[in-house]
Formats: sequence, structure tokens, C-alpha cells
Amino acid sequence: MTTTAMSLEWPAEDFSRIPFAAYLDEDIYVEEQERIFRGPVWSYLALEAEIPEAGDFITTYVGDTPVLVNRQRDGEVSAFVNRCMHRGSMLKRECRGNATMHTCLYHQWAYDLTGQLRAVPFAKGHMGRGGLPADFDIKSVKLTAMRVESYRGVLFGTFCDDTEPLADYLGANVRAELDRVFNRPLNLLGYQRQRILGNWKLYNDNVRDPNHGALLHMFHATFGLYRPTQRGGVKLDDRGRHNISYSMMGTSDDDADAEAFAGTQKVFDKGFRLEDPSMLQYDKEFPDDVSLTILSIFPNMVVQQITNSLCTRQIQTRGPGELELYWTYFGYADDDEEMTRHRLNQANLVGPGGLISMEDGEAVEMVHRAVKREQDDHGIVEIGGKGEIGDHDYLVTEIPIRGFWSYYYDLMGIETEQAA
Amino acid sequence: MGDRSEYDAIVALLADYAHLIDEDRLEEWVELFCDDCTYKILSRENVEAGYPLELMSCNSKGMLRDRVVSLREANLYNLHTDKHILGAVRVHGADDGVWSVQANFSLYQSTLDGSTDLFAVGTYRDKVVFDNGRPLFAEKIVINDTFAVARMLSTPI
Repeated sequence: MTTTAMSLEWPAEDFSRIPFAAYLDEDIYVEEQERIFRGPVWSYLALEAEIPEAGDFITTYVGDTPVLVNRQRDGEVSAFVNRCMHRGSMLKRECRGNATMHTCLYHQWAYDLTGQLRAVPFAKGHMGRGGLPADFDIKSVKLTAMRVESYRGVLFGTFCDDTEPLADYLGANVRAELDRVFNRPLNLLGYQRQRILGNWKLYNDNVRDPNHGALLHMFHATFGLYRPTQRGGVKLDDRGRHNISYSMMGTSDDDADAEAFAGTQKVFDKGFRLEDPSMLQYDKEFPDDVSLTILSIFPNMVVQQITNSLCTRQIQTRGPGELELYWTYFGYADDDEEMTRHRLNQANLVGPGGLISMEDGEAVEMVHRAVKREQDDHGIVEIGGKGEIGDHDYLVTEIPIRGFWSYYYDLMGIETEQAA
Repeated sequence: MGDRSEYDAIVALLADYAHLIDEDRLEEWVELFCDDCTYKILSRENVEAGYPLELMSCNSKGMLRDRVVSLREANLYNLHTDKHILGAVRVHGADDGVWSVQANFSLYQSTLDGSTDLFAVGTYRDKVVFDNGRPLFAEKIVINDTFAVARMLSTPI
């Protein structure tokens, strides 16, 4: 019998219990590809700054579907399944480049930048024999397209005709955060990739969990970049599916932190100092006092401001037990050389080798490995409170995780009355 | 000191570099660098696309020491044993006392329960100087072909 998300036990209607099978089950993974990544959501594709010129393209994944994103001659951006319509071969193998046409290397079928098939070699055969039948209409063949919308230069795509407009999908809180970070032209700094042997939703949980920030990432807590006693909080969209966690450096209560950490095995040393503290310095560059934001957009995007380190993270799925994080770092086009160096220096804090973020890969894998035989059991999500899912101005919380799962549950087609 | 002995000293420096990491003697490993050294791990993807972003970068011996202190005191990383396999060392020659050196490496990581994975393959592009006859890294650029980093990058490559 096929397992579905609906056939799992969801014992709490406020999603304070998460069935472990949802992270592991192969059938549910297939169901997610259909209902979520091909469903009524906007998936993050790329930044417009990555493909500024006509013909520029990148290849990426939406869930585990290979996707080709390019800028057309008219300046519009289009996105297609990266697969030739002929025999299914991957059309573009390169991660990025510029092309006037996309020609499949297998049999040389050639598509233009709108995804329209333009040429088939030997279409009329040779000496009047072979080739395509007379009734084959080349014009009728187009690459499988996604709908693409851009907000502030951030490109999103959807496979579903019914997806609400992007601006509505994002909601006011998320739009405001994108307005804040993507406020002027970007300067791309480069990419990082991280392969994690764990389910893609474990990473979505991780980025909606401000509570873990100073507990798992001791570099953070030790140097005061982020502490649970700082001023900050979480802001969600109306559906609870997206979240912004934010905090302000220098507002923590050292004594309260020391007391809170006293019962743990962790070092909490107020006297710990770096020989070169330059990477901890925040050059205030936004009108507010927020020094750290983690914006999570359902289902596959994170936008990060950790002091002056800015990047997007894209979550690509590689089966139920593996994900790839694709990090795109940027500054602004008007950054001077010193600011660019500062941002590169602060990139040491994040990414797969990040002093504060390296632990996330390990945390996701530890959960994935440990719950294999506990699939009927449930994870507990009660930090920050039970019941209502909404904004609040404190950081010892994991309420946004419940928001993610509440929307996930809706998308997977489960009637809410079953959740009692 | 003739070329031969300098060549031998440089090869020995690269061997020390690999073995000190593999033996988890990172505090001694830091001492193979000049005070104003540059240490970078670059993804081949960024090098080829012309992007400056590093996977890890230290612009002084102090920053290298900070990395080691952070690993020892703050970071909670995947517990493992490193093993470097160093390829043939090419010494390109010296320019004003700065030797350009290149070598390929592979790096295996073994877990606490004894399984081993290939963690990284790449090339070292080094600048080596001699301080009172002792070779030191002025610059160590690690170009990582395995830029889809498995799990995390904790200990140096």
C-alpha cells in the first residue's frame, strides 16, 4: 500500500507533533514533488543579476526537476524543464553561460530562448527518405515551461496555472524584507554548495527555528552575534508558510545568558576573543537596528543577512534522504573594494565551512539517521508555545516550524478535521 | 643553500602540512605559515566563473589560529579522521625569494564507526618563503574540485 502524507498520524491540530515518517518515506517524497514542487507554490529559481544579458542562462533544480532559466532577447526571463522534448535528454549541462539557442547534444534538436523548437537535423530525411513525417509540426513543440515572476530581482517559478500572483504568495512581511535586502543593484560574489544526507524539510525546520541559533551554534553565542536574550522575534505571512527571524546585536543580557547556559555542557565564556575580530564587525547598512535576519520562503528559499554577509540559499531535493544547499553570495554594485573585502571576510561565518553555520549539516543528518526506525513516532514542537501560529517578539521559539507544517499539510491535501 | 635542498625542504613542508592536519595537530599546523599569510579554500566553480568568494579564508596567522580555537572551543562538527594523499610536488621556481609550488591532493574522511568517504580532491597552489632557512607558507590556495561540500567543511583541507 502506498503511504501518503494523509495516511500518517497527525496527533496535534496546531502541528506541535511532526510524524517522522514524513521525513523518510519514499512515497511521500514522490507525492511532495507533485503536490508541492509542481503544485501551487512559487519556487526560488535564481537572481536576475545572474543572467543580466540576453542569452544568459543558469541551470538549477526545482525539487529534483532540472530547470533551465534564461533571459530572452526581449529581456524577459523564462524557465523550462531542462529536458529535450524529443527523447528526454538533459538539454544544458553547464551550470551557467550564454547561448543564442539551446541545442540538445544527443540529436541536435535546437530550441530558441523562448523554448520553441526551431530546427531538427535531417527533418526531411536524406534523398527523400527518412526524417520526420510530413504531419510533424515543429512549431507545436515547446520546452515544458514554468511561469516566472520576479520580485525585486529575485526570480520565482511555478509549474501550476492556479498559483496565486507572486506578490500575494509572498505577503506583506516577506515583501518588506525583500524590499529591505534587495534595495539596489547587486554585485555577485560567488557560490557555495553543501550536500546534506537528510530530508529537505529538516532544513526548512532548521531555518524556522531561532531557538537553535545560540544552542547549536556556539560560535554565535560565544561572540554575541546572536543570543536568545537579544531583542528580536519572528514574523510570518498569513498562512504561516514563510518566516522572518530577526535579531539585534548588542541587546543581549549577558547575565541572563550565562544563567540560561549554566545547566548545559556548552562553553559560555564571556572572555573569549578572536585575534582578528574584523569578521564580527557589523557596518550598519540598513535603516533599522536588525543585524541578523533569516527569511525562509516556502518551499525552497532562504535569504540571509548575518551582519554584512548577504546571500540566498536554495534547497534542492535529491531524494528523501539528501538535499543540496546552493548558496549565492552578493553585495551591492556600489560597494567599494573595502566593503567587498569585508563581505568576503564575513562569508567565513556562513556556508558549509561557516564558523557559525557549519553545524546545521550535522544536525540535519543526525536527525535523519536517528529516526529511521521510529517512523510512527513524532517530533515535539512546543518551544515558544502551542496553539496559535503567528508573529511574536521573542527568540526562544520554534513556532515558525509549526507554520511550515501547517501549510505543508494543506498542500498535501489533507482535510483539517482529520488533524484533531 | 642550493636548489636541491630548497626543493627538498619545500616537499617536506607540504608533507608536514598534510600529516599535521591528519594527526589533528592543528596548533602546530598553524606554525607552518608566515604571520601575514593568506590561506584560502576556493571552489573550482567560483575560480572558473571569476567570482572571489572563498569556502574559507584567513588573511593572517592570527585568523588561522582563530579557526583552530573555534574548532576546539565552539564548533560542534562531524567527528572524523582526515587522511591526505599528496600527489607529486611541482616546484615552479623562485621569484625574489618566493617559491611557487603546486601539488594535487585527495582527502578522505573516516567516521567514528570506521567508514571512509572521499571528501575532497583538488590542487594546492602555494607560495613558500624561507625564514632563516626554514620554509613557511606565505600563501596557500586550495582549489577544491569537490565544491559540493559533503555535510560541512570543519577541519582545513
